[in-house]
Amino acid sequence: MIVKRLFTTSVGRKTIVAITGILLILFIIAHMLGNWNMFLGPDAMNSYAQALHDLGGLLWVARIGLLVVFVLHVFFTIQLNIENKMARPVPYYKKEYIKASLSSRTMVLSGLVVFSFVVYHLLHYTFGVIQPETYKGNLTDSMGRPDVYSMVIFSFRNPLISLSYIIAMLLLAMHLDHAFQSAFQTLGFANKRNFPKLIQFSRAFAIFVFLGYSVIPLSVLLGIIN
Amino acid sequence: MKITLYIWRQSGPNDEGKFVRYDVEKVSPHWSFLELLDVLNNQLIEKGEEPVAFEHDCREGICGSCGFMINGVAHGRQYAPEGRTTVCQLHMFRFKDGDELYLEPFRAKAFPVLKDLMVDRSAFDKIIEAGGYITVHAGNAPDGNTILIQKDIANEAMNAAECIGCGACVASCKNASAMLFVSAKISHLGLLPQGQPERKRRAQRMIAKMDELGFGNCTNQYECEAVCPKGIRKDFIGRMNRDFLFSVNTETESKDFVGAI
Repeated sequence: MIVKRLFTTSVGRKTIVAITGILLILFIIAHMLGNWNMFLGPDAMNSYAQALHDLGGLLWVARIGLLVVFVLHVFFTIQLNIENKMARPVPYYKKEYIKASLSSRTMVLSGLVVFSFVVYHLLHYTFGVIQPETYKGNLTDSMGRPDVYSMVIFSFRNPLISLSYIIAMLLLAMHLDHAFQSAFQTLGFANKRNFPKLIQFSRAFAIFVFLGYSVIPLSVLLGIIN
Repeated sequence: MKITLYIWRQSGPNDEGKFVRYDVEKVSPHWSFLELLDVLNNQLIEKGEEPVAFEHDCREGICGSCGFMINGVAHGRQYAPEGRTTVCQLHMFRFKDGDELYLEPFRAKAFPVLKDLMVDRSAFDKIIEAGGYITVHAGNAPDGNTILIQKDIANEAMNAAECIGCGACVASCKNASAMLFVSAKISHLGLLPQGQPERKRRAQRMIAKMDELGFGNCTNQYECEAVCPKGIRKDFIGRMNRDFLFSVNTETESKDFVGAI
């Protein structure tokens, strides 16, 4: 019964979106911390990448878990969104917003851009379909490990790749700006006292994620890491 | 002053509607918005035309009968900087000479248009019938103050109970979601001792009915809160979600309760 209610009712599906969203936020934080190994030099980055790979079976559990979370998040948001469109078959001739933020009104757009970026990003760095000449599988460092460090630097030296990355991070930040506070509101943690702080924290977190990710392509372009 | 109105005219639920332009001259700033429509309707009747249908009852902002969109916002909330207004409490001094206003009925699948600016909001009654009550024995009224209620809880229950069911939350939500209304009704009963025995079953049934009637799903934009004439807060929605989520095992308990009385 619990499962049925979670997967069929409005509140239940919103809860799934909120919980999977929080899990994805945790992944975003972990991924960002991992990326910062770039500032510690080639050895730190490549041994970190090697350590992840050495997890073996556990890595696949994490990958499949992440995929399930991602699919649930995307599937239910799209399903709920279709229902939302059907809930107002005759649109307004004039409709003004008083309070809704830009980020809250563009969640589907920012979400779809982030989704396509994730596909591109996986093809680029995980599968090596894009820019195969600098793929980690084709580069090795002095200790014979796949050279992730050089792969990142070579690819971000291309301003187009860096720019598309930064734009994708901007849209991710916009998504998070609404998503972070929204998840806590849906789960019932927001109240009139903590809500203004939650909104501020959500905005601050979104900016932090944007800067935390964008700092790497910017540093490569500016030659801070090479 | 002169006000130009573009009013949605639709003769019946299944007819096609369109905007019709009306100019009202010599508008007094003391009129309420509904009085503006009264004057317009008098003029239409004198000319032998069909008057504009709109809903109203108390005209003092407490019954929840009136309401339509003025230039894209429910109850014309954007013209009342202090917030919390119904159309009947919106006065013409808020407007300028020569203003052009589009009046449109609340639009939602669950609120079909009956005529002109009137919509059928009986979907809200169906949600209340599904669980927005407490089951009590009929008989003598209990003595006052036999159940003591902490002041801050009574206040909060009253904050939720202020909802007049006007439907502006549904109208202003981009998803036509009724969650602010439903959460207010669930919270005002769920906060009080009398509402506890059926609290979880109430959340389940009212939410199931809300979904069934074709309302959309909240995306936390809080437009509903912004236009609500009674200032119902968005965090009642969080409260409703909690009542619902933590009620997942209690369907049988609730049935037993109803069977026992």
